[in-house]
This record gives sequence, C-alpha cells and structure tokens, in this order.
Amino acid sequence: MRSVILRVGTRYLVGLLLLFSVYMLLRGHNQPGGGFIGGLIGSTGFVLYAIGCGTAEARAALRVMPQSIAMVGLGIALVAGLIAGLFGDAFFTGQWLFLGADKSDPSDKGLPLSTVLVFDIGVYLVVFGAILTLVFAMEEEI
Amino acid sequence: MSWILALPIAVPFATAVLAFLARHSAAGRWLSVAGNAALLVAAVLLMGTVWNEGVIAAQMGGWPAPFGITLVADLLSGVMVLITAITGLAVSVYALGDINERKEYLGYHALFNVLIAGVCGAFLTGDLFNLYVWFEVMLIASFGLLILGGKPEQIDGGIKYVTLNLVSTILFLSGIGLLYGMTGTLNMADLAQAVDGVENQGLLTVVAMTFMIAFGVKAAVFPLFFWLPAAYHTPAFSVSAVFAGLLTKVGVYALIRMFTLIFDHDTGFTHTILLWVAAFTMVTGVLGAAAQSDFRKILSFHIVSQIGYMILGLALYTPMALVGAVFYLVHHIVVKANLFLIAGVSQRITGGSDVYRIGGLYKSAPLLAVLFIIPAFSLAGFPPLSGFWAKYIIVKAALEAQGWLIAGIALAVGLMTIYSMTKIWAEAFWKAHPDGRQPRLTDMPQAHRRPMLLAIGGLATLTVIIGLVPEPFVQFAERAAAQLLDPAAYVAAVLGDPG
Repeated sequence: MRSVILRVGTRYLVGLLLLFSVYMLLRGHNQPGGGFIGGLIGSTGFVLYAIGCGTAEARAALRVMPQSIAMVGLGIALVAGLIAGLFGDAFFTGQWLFLGADKSDPSDKGLPLSTVLVFDIGVYLVVFGAILTLVFAMEEEI
Repeated sequence: MSWILALPIAVPFATAVLAFLARHSAAGRWLSVAGNAALLVAAVLLMGTVWNEGVIAAQMGGWPAPFGITLVADLLSGVMVLITAITGLAVSVYALGDINERKEYLGYHALFNVLIAGVCGAFLTGDLFNLYVWFEVMLIASFGLLILGGKPEQIDGGIKYVTLNLVSTILFLSGIGLLYGMTGTLNMADLAQAVDGVENQGLLTVVAMTFMIAFGVKAAVFPLFFWLPAAYHTPAFSVSAVFAGLLTKVGVYALIRMFTLIFDHDTGFTHTILLWVAAFTMVTGVLGAAAQSDFRKILSFHIVSQIGYMILGLALYTPMALVGAVFYLVHHIVVKANLFLIAGVSQRITGGSDVYRIGGLYKSAPLLAVLFIIPAFSLAGFPPLSGFWAKYIIVKAALEAQGWLIAGIALAVGLMTIYSMTKIWAEAFWKAHPDGRQPRLTDMPQAHRRPMLLAIGGLATLTVIIGLVPEPFVQFAERAAAQLLDPAAYVAAVLGDPG
C-alpha cells in the first residue's frame, strides 16, 4: 500500500529529520542528545522514505550501502579513541582544540573542537547505518 | 600501561573496519589473518606484562575508577585474551579455505573480528555495565555470523539463539540495576568491597542468582543450554568453531569472575547450587550427545557437558578446584574449536555431516584421522593429552573436598565422552563410506586444503604440548587461581592506582 499523502509528506520530513538529527548530534555535549540518538533520528528519515516510496528508491537516495556507513562510522569512532595516543594519554582521552580562543579572557573559549565530537560522529554513523541495514533487509523480506 | 590493555580491543575493531572495506577482494581475508596475528602479538605482550608485574589496570579516557571505565587484566584475563587470539588466528587462517566469496562480500571477516573484539573486551573490562556492552557486541556480531548465508535452518537456529540470549541480557541488566541500587557502584573492584557493607545480605544473594541465571544462559549450563545445540550446527564451520571455542567460555569466565570477586558472601548457598548445576550439566550434555548422529550436534552437546566440569571447578571453590577450572578453560577452547574445524574438513570431503551416512576417512584420509584423534581423545581425557590433566585436577579437587558423588559423576561422564568420540571414530573414520566414496584430502583444491589443515595442525600441536609438558601450565593456573581467591591485588590495582 503506497499512500500519496505519506509519499508527499515524507519528502518534506526526510530533510527535516536529517537536519534535526545533526542538531541533536551537536547539542549532545551540553544537553540531552548525542551521536546515538542523532543516528536514530537520522535513520528514521530514510525509514520513512523506504515505507513511503519503497526500499529501492531509499537505497538509491542513500547512494552508499548502509553497511558501509556503519563500518566507516566504527572506524571514525576508533580513530577518535586512538588520537589520544599521539598525545601520550590513555585510550579515548578527549583531546580539545579551542579554535580562536582568547588566551587573556578565560570565558572566551572560541570554537571548541574535540575528539569527543569525532567519536560521536562515528557513533552517529554506526547507528544510522546499522538501523538502515536492518530495516531495509526486513522491508525487502516482506 | 593503558595501551597494552586497550590494544587487544582496538586491533580487532580496526581489522574489522579494514576487512569490511576490502571485502570485494582477496585483501579482505588476508587483512583478517594479519589483524589476528597482530592481536596475538598484543596478547603476548599483555600476558608478559601481567606475568611480570601482577594485576594491571588502566582507566579509559583518564576518568578515575570507580567512575570511568576500567580495563583490568589479571592472569585469568590475560590467558583468556591470549587463547582468544590463538583461536582467532587459527580460525581466520582456516577461513581462507572455508568461507566463500559470497559470505566474504556479506561481511564475514568484519563480523568475525567484531566478535573477537567483543570477546577480548569482555575478558578485559573491570566494569559491570561495560561487560554488558561487550556481551551485546558479541551478541550482535554472532547473530550476524549465525545467519550469514541465510539458509532456513540458520534463521531457525539464529532466532532461538537470539531470543534466549536476549532473555539472559534482560536478566543481566536487571541484576546490574539492582546491584547499582544497593551499592551505588558498578566498578567490579569497588563492588567487591561495597557488597560487604550491604545490610540485607539475603537480597544480595537474590541478585547473585539473577547474575547466575544470566551468565548461565551464556555459558549454556543445565537447564538453560538448549539454545546451543539448536544453533551451533547450522552456520559455516569457521563460525561454529569460534562459537564453540569462545562464546560459552565468556559466560563461564563471567561466572568465575562474579562468584570469586563479588558474590563470595554466601558460598554455602550459591556454590552449592553451582555444584548441582555442574553435575546436571555434565550428565545431560553427555547423554544428549549420545542420542545425536550429526557430527556438529554431537560436539555441541559435548560443549555443554564440558562446561559442567568448569562450573564444578568454580563450585568446589578450593584452590585446587579453581586451578582445574582455569586449566580446563584453556584446554577446552583449543580442543573444541579444533574439533569443529575438523568436522568442516570431514564434511567437505565426505559430503555429509551425519556420521551414519559418511565414512572411510581412516583409510583414505589418514592425516585427518590422526588430527582428529588428538583433540577427540584429549576431550575424553586420555593421558597424556591436555584433557587428562584438566579432568585429573578437577576430580582430585572433588575428592579432596570429599565430594565422592560428584567425583564419581565426573568420572562417569568422562567415560560417556569416550563413547561419543568412539562413535564418531567408528562411523566416520573406520566404517567404509556407505556410498562407496573414498574421501581424500586431495579432493579439496590446494588453496583450501593448505590453510585448513595448517589451522587444525597448529591447534592439535598446542593440545599435545599442553599434554606433554603440563607443568608450566599448571603452575600458571595455580598463580591465576591464587589471584582469584585473594582479590586484594585486583582491587588495589584498580582503585589504588590513579594512572
């Protein structure tokens, strides 16, 4: 059963969900959110798309295999943990770079970039890829 | 220090990622072999450090215990990681001949290495919730491996496997929640101290039982074992070998860890239950095996039976018994994985797995017959192979503890094991093939034959070495058991060392 309403609605929702998932990913470091929930929300977009327009179209829209996304995510998460080794810290110690921070003013942290965020992006991709792998497989089975 | 502990987890994960990206080409399988070889190096380094310096611990991300995630290695963890690496390397070499390109394309090597990472993580973690996470990593990877190829009986076995394991997971998680509510910590070393301060010791025993059931499912003990023989004969032989060797042993390891480090407050109650569980596990496993005719199903029931011996070692809870349990664990992983690998070669050249429908291996493939005899007789406990020493120590410990009945059961089960092994021997090896076939090893292409026999030969050599020179292994097990019985060093390494 393909509903026209769902199909048209999905086209708008996919973009919104993906945008919201990135927002959740970035927000996670100060407030509830993070890579895991971001990945879940992001995958919901493509799940909706698969239900509305079929998995073939959803796969085409995704362009790469969801398994590959998950494995690349795993690699990114691992690299985020390994970076600490370059600085002589324990595995997975967060490394921070405060871009453009004003040294004389401690309240001005500039743009904080960290391996923690890199790790979360990895988690995002793992969850995103894994969920889509499962859902596509099950949709195609039925 | 922290990197020595982190490498056995990081290396297989990195291997998984690389092997997945290279799954279209032959590079994928060689990356898997190289990754497992690197893991072996890391494991040897870890083992050497633990042997020389005692228990080592590291705080991941620099968050101090008991708040962060701690990785700890004592001798038991160290040897388990080492044996995981050995099995991983043997199976990844075997997979060069066993796994076809379709399965490789579907991500066999990636899943396999994620599984190895999960197993290593479970052995090394010093945090209860983290242990749960590693169990999940293992469960996801093993489910993927189990259904890879998508035959109906694989899906059937996979569903049973996952359902039962999810029940275990839920119990495990409830236990974690209850324990956290009572003590406010999940760091295992911290828990070892905190449980002494719990007012309601009866409630603690209840929580201990939750963990016993949760890990009992994973370890496939009586009466929670039935998912194992239903699932282990369905996937590729490489997969069932690594499952048979390692997965249930993670459950046994978790039982040993929890019931020596944390739940040692009421051993009269908990360890008596474990004793009965051990007895029933040994007996039902071996009886189940007697009724089977499928090569791998016989072996699967024997896993259950052998788990009973390890649990018996834990249940007796004497220094000697724990020595036996540790020795048994190591011996069993090597032997069991090898038997499944041999079953794979047998199926390839005889064309079947039902021992009544195959035969002739002794006459036309004598090399395989020799390679089978070593682990099979070791499993049954023939001197001078490794299984003899393992059973000897356990039975001696039972006699010393004046457990006449349990010692008798252990010996009788050993006898029954010989029956099953001789059944395989008589049917698959001695008897002529009912179709008049002459199964030869040369029926397999050389590119498959060489790696498969190399893996089997390597593990068989290890079995013989443990059997002929048991002295250093027993000494090692003695030190490991002493550490288990006196967790002071473990606790000090985790909580006392801020690094």
